[in-house]
Amino acid sequence: MINRECGVYQTTYEGDMALYPLPLARYSTLGAVAILLLLPLALDSHAMSLANLMLLASIGAIGLNILVGYTGQVSLGHGAFMMVGSYTAALVTVRLGLPFWVGLPAGGAVAALVGAFFGIPSLRIKGLYLAIATLAGQFIIEWTINHSTWISGGVQSTLYVPTPTFLGWEINSEYRRYFMVLPVAIVAYVAALNLVRSRVGRAFIAVRDRDIAAEIIGVDIFRYKLLAFAVSSFYAGVAGALWTYYLKIANYEHFTLATSVSYLAMIIIGGLGSVLGSVFGAVFITLLPIVLVYVVEGGAALFGFKYAAIADFLANLRLIIFGGLIILFLAIEPEGLFRMWGNVKRYFRLWPYSY
Amino acid sequence: MKVRGWLTAVLTIVLVVGLVVPAMASHVIKFGGQCDRTGATKVVGVEICPGLTDYVALVNKKGGVLGHKLEYTEIEHGYTVDRGVEAYERLKRDGAVAIFDYGTPIVYALTPRHMDDKIPGITPGFGRADSTDGTAWPFIFPMAATYWSQAGAGMQFIKDNGAKKGTKIAHIYYDNPAGREGIPIVEAVAKKEGYQLRLFAVPPPGVEMGPQVIDITRRFKADWVLGHLFGQAPAVSIKEFKRAGFPMNRFVSFVWGAGEANIEGAGWDVAQGYIGMQYSSTGRDLPVIREIAQKVYKDEGKEVPKYVGSVYYSRGVLNGAILAEGVRLAVQNHGLPVTGDKVRLGFEAIKNFDLQGFLPPMTVTAKDHEGGGWVRMYQVKGTEWVAITDWIRGYRDEVMTLVKQANKK
Repeated sequence: MINRECGVYQTTYEGDMALYPLPLARYSTLGAVAILLLLPLALDSHAMSLANLMLLASIGAIGLNILVGYTGQVSLGHGAFMMVGSYTAALVTVRLGLPFWVGLPAGGAVAALVGAFFGIPSLRIKGLYLAIATLAGQFIIEWTINHSTWISGGVQSTLYVPTPTFLGWEINSEYRRYFMVLPVAIVAYVAALNLVRSRVGRAFIAVRDRDIAAEIIGVDIFRYKLLAFAVSSFYAGVAGALWTYYLKIANYEHFTLATSVSYLAMIIIGGLGSVLGSVFGAVFITLLPIVLVYVVEGGAALFGFKYAAIADFLANLRLIIFGGLIILFLAIEPEGLFRMWGNVKRYFRLWPYSY
Repeated sequence: MKVRGWLTAVLTIVLVVGLVVPAMASHVIKFGGQCDRTGATKVVGVEICPGLTDYVALVNKKGGVLGHKLEYTEIEHGYTVDRGVEAYERLKRDGAVAIFDYGTPIVYALTPRHMDDKIPGITPGFGRADSTDGTAWPFIFPMAATYWSQAGAGMQFIKDNGAKKGTKIAHIYYDNPAGREGIPIVEAVAKKEGYQLRLFAVPPPGVEMGPQVIDITRRFKADWVLGHLFGQAPAVSIKEFKRAGFPMNRFVSFVWGAGEANIEGAGWDVAQGYIGMQYSSTGRDLPVIREIAQKVYKDEGKEVPKYVGSVYYSRGVLNGAILAEGVRLAVQNHGLPVTGDKVRLGFEAIKNFDLQGFLPPMTVTAKDHEGGGWVRMYQVKGTEWVAITDWIRGYRDEVMTLVKQANKK
């Protein structure tokens, strides 16, 4: 939100170190949470499904941003870590009959272990080389899950999960699923905000900016790089587990290389090294293709075209516009939507007396 | 006074129009489906989807279903799961009574939603084989030969063409869940008939299969090859087997290796004799295709597009025909307003529906959502697919045993 610091004087260290030091920022954040909580009153079930998809993508994107944006380790295996979380959750629920709120952390934990394992190459290699190493991780995990029927539950690599319940409350509509996904997303968001302000987060940033310098000032690179992989994969695992409970099915085809790449696209467009930016990016990549369906088809109808006659043209036009918008946004602001939002905020901070 | 008189008159007209006209007007029946025109399977999508919409247009041209117009909404999802979910939720909100699900991952993701919302989903060519059992999956309708039935029919065709005990059969398949689906039937039949069977996996993306082909032709010396490949892989397999000197008329492909695009990728001259399965007839010289060309295109003064009558287009027509027939039976047997549950009953009442020979004699029951599991063998001759058998199926007992087993878990 747009905040002005004038008239706010901190008198305690706690006040200065708070997540939101300004009262106005606190209130606007609480207001945003209230709007999120009241959203179901205003939206129909279709719009709720969009909200859910955006929240699911946000959790995954925040996780990837911790690794790529904050720690500077490029990963192309995010989809695979989500896959690990997804299958873990399904197995925990189907085999052991445990509820979803056990499946979520379990999925996160197993994904964190696997993620830390595939993060080991990061100790020796960097940048593009690491991207290729994690790409190998993507394929290894995909192949393993696909070929071990013990994990994947049969030739079809698909596990159906019963309708999740919370204290006897069946989560079986888009509205109810929203209240399953939203708390997790809020916790994920706040945890990430706090993590990057903590000692660990500072160490991540030090590793990103120059790992040799970080090592000299006493950051244990081995530990923090693996920790970054673990934390990021934990997020991925929770996101994957939530997908499982959201769709009531675990299927490896939701988490292929294309998924990994689209999550990278989210954080690049949203802004590397920014938690809010990850959310912006997730919203952008999830919502834009769907909004374009309405815009392009509505536009075509306005000019009197029938959908069936030019469906192919419209589908490809949408793709062109989608790609064009990504390039446009990155050209206007290479540091992403978060920076753009920041520019708007800075402009209005001193408005109308800007100098 | 004058004003009041006018007002009364206008109000009366509005009331009459408002109340009477909707009651007289025919009911519009809404249903929808997804499509992939930009994603991984766009080659298929750009022909299946027009096939479906053209058939619906034809039905509407002929006065609709029992006098009710059909309204079909297509939503493009680019083969991504999240947009597939969005498309489903949008169709559901707009009151769709049946939905065509496009793409294997999307079918899987939407299956629980269909079951919860009681909206039947048809999944011809994409769906999982075990959803044949309608008692376990009441709202999922594969509606065309599943991979298990295709495997059964393929083995039957091989047997009808002289395979006996000891005949060597190679099954080459795409190494993903859908690709592996045919294996249990192939294995069961080979065991029953005493064939020598060997399995050869082609890892995705399936453009590299030289070693497997050499293994099959040189070392194993297969008599027959049963292929279950997707995407680019069928075209590559045709080229590789031709290069290895394997007779093309001993290669039987499942349905996703039997489109025009697969043959074009290898070259029509290379593929002469190659055998492929179809679950709907194909070609332009069929009554329903001729009717579409005439009523939907020529009568409107439009040119008939090149794809009309192609393999994938015909599969789209099949989708449209099944949806329309299900809705028709729902209205006829259970009356208006049409609901998802009524359309399910409508589908389950389909009996000997063959659309003037275009489809196999489909009979869908509450137990069999596949409609019999028929396929027809086509062969590449010249530059087209030519039917070489009637509708066939085989090893139905083995297939049904497997269906039962899969749903017992």
